[in-house]
Amino acid sequence: MSAITDAALQAAPADKARGYWTTVGRRISRDKVSMACAVILALIFLSAVLAPWLGLADPYQGSMIHRLRHIATPGYPLGSDELGRDMLARLVYGGRLSLIIGILPVILGFLIGTSLGLIAGYAGGKVNTAIMRTVDVFYAFPSVLLAIAISGALGAGIVNSIVSLTIVFVPQITRVAESVTTGVRNMDFVEAARASGAGPFTIMRVHMLGNVLGPIFVYATGLISVSMILAAGLSFLGLGTKPPEPEWGLMLNTLRTAIYVNPWVAALPGVMIFAVSICFNLLSDGMRGAMDIRN
Amino acid sequence: MTDAINETISPVDRLEPVEDVGGAAQPLLQVVGLTKHFPVRGGLFGARKTVRAVDDVSFSVAKGETVGIVGESGCGKSTTARLLMHLMKRDDGEIIYDGMTVGRALSLRELRRGMQMVFQDSYASLNPRLTIEQSIAFGPKVHGMADAAARALARELLGKVGLRPEVFANRYPHEVSGGQRQRVNIARALALSPRLVILDEAVSALDKSVEAQVLNLLADLKREFGLTYLFISHDLNVVRYISDRVLVMYLGEVVELGPVDLVWDAPAHPYTRALLAAMPSSDPDHRTETPPISGDPPNPIDPPPGCRFHTRCPFAEPLCANAAPKLTVLDTMGHQAACYMAIPGSGHSRAPAKGANAA
Repeated sequence: MSAITDAALQAAPADKARGYWTTVGRRISRDKVSMACAVILALIFLSAVLAPWLGLADPYQGSMIHRLRHIATPGYPLGSDELGRDMLARLVYGGRLSLIIGILPVILGFLIGTSLGLIAGYAGGKVNTAIMRTVDVFYAFPSVLLAIAISGALGAGIVNSIVSLTIVFVPQITRVAESVTTGVRNMDFVEAARASGAGPFTIMRVHMLGNVLGPIFVYATGLISVSMILAAGLSFLGLGTKPPEPEWGLMLNTLRTAIYVNPWVAALPGVMIFAVSICFNLLSDGMRGAMDIRN
Repeated sequence: MTDAINETISPVDRLEPVEDVGGAAQPLLQVVGLTKHFPVRGGLFGARKTVRAVDDVSFSVAKGETVGIVGESGCGKSTTARLLMHLMKRDDGEIIYDGMTVGRALSLRELRRGMQMVFQDSYASLNPRLTIEQSIAFGPKVHGMADAAARALARELLGKVGLRPEVFANRYPHEVSGGQRQRVNIARALALSPRLVILDEAVSALDKSVEAQVLNLLADLKREFGLTYLFISHDLNVVRYISDRVLVMYLGEVVELGPVDLVWDAPAHPYTRALLAAMPSSDPDHRTETPPISGDPPNPIDPPPGCRFHTRCPFAEPLCANAAPKLTVLDTMGHQAACYMAIPGSGHSRAPAKGANAA
């Protein structure tokens, strides 16, 4: 009798193993807001990548007689800018640079900052002091000023502005990573892992990373919008992207003078920056919820 | 014997336990002069002071026995456990496992297979991101077991601690109850085939009925796997139920140790007497009328000179404040106490005459 029940239980589908990330993926796919944001971001990404094949107008071709056309003017679905270039084409092409300059420094800062923070938080003591006090030095400067100073020292250019923005973000992410790691490190399950004889790297990989990455990840995605705005500032000062290259921050700056003439068109690059930032923020919020499997 | 049984019953791979080298007469664990002082800064310009959390603690645990450690909060019970597990560095003292000095004859890695610990907080001691099966399989994998074998072992152990593996293996810690979680922690500790398990207040956070079940489980596992327990608790009833011998700690020192019945029936140290008198009784004729002990333990930063208990001891005499009494053997049963009242010819007015009670 008991043998039969045991066999039935053995065959029960409750036994199927499901990984942590599968669970997270399934939970986030049920979240409507996150999914909507993911779709919007995917569309913006795809349009930026596929820009040359979308049959758009030339984003560099200006026309003195078609300047500052309104939205939905025939031939100019989203109007034209102060030099008569097609706004739709420039927004789509601008996404290429803006997304790179918005996301790449955050990814780099995330990788470097998380590593530093994990090491500082896990090692503690003198290592912690050395890393965190060095990081504190960078905190002495406002982030805009720091980005301008580094960019100015390195010289104008997109690569240099990515480097300078990365340096701006590393201390911020390190600090978050360090505080989260310190909290997790003192939990009993880390002690238990040490008691089982695991080395520091195994403990970090298996027991720390999963519990630490969530909050850092959420914080870092919030920095993407900051990165885009800082990059726009650098472009404005001639340290980042140079005209006539389309980039949302630069476009916002150059269209600034047309705000009284054609406010809707002038606001469009800002709308793009806003849409991308808010989508990243909401998506990261959804991710945090999905990664916290206790709920 | 137990190994033979395990092999015939279960086809599951196990880590080989650390080999028994000394035979039955050799204590499984000998602790000699274990000491841990924590430095604390005394304000901005104050002198550096030290908290004497564990001070010159020595004891031994025989193979197959259960030794209880009791004492108030802050007496150094948990610090002792963490020092034994090498989760924090000791300042002084030696830990000898089955005759092998840890750090010399026995590597730390080997010690960790031979000695495991169950923590008090069942939730905090499990990684919330790992399934129960993954948590249990982690230890064996660290020691070189293949993933599939470690998972099979985890399921096997879940069965041993009374949790159906097909129901619990893929659950997360927050999806099971406190008692079940503590069973998981026990399985996790057993996954490395230890011979000694330190139970640091392992049942203290459970409610009474669950606590009884887990205690019975511990007794069953001890028999099945031939385990030795070091059982740390503040619950004197539980300690008496499960322990063979007991160690009473006060302010980082061992004040009395001996067979549990002997210590309970004839406590030699006034602190032990006070602890036992503080136990609530369900018998109205044995009501505790006067508080057996008053005040808080003194600050361990500045332990009083001489006997550390003399500030609260009703029988304290001038000699108690001068020099600390040594832990002294009282009889042939291994009953020891560090109190001048128990040491023959010590000079305390209540001490037995020299040679009267000597072993």
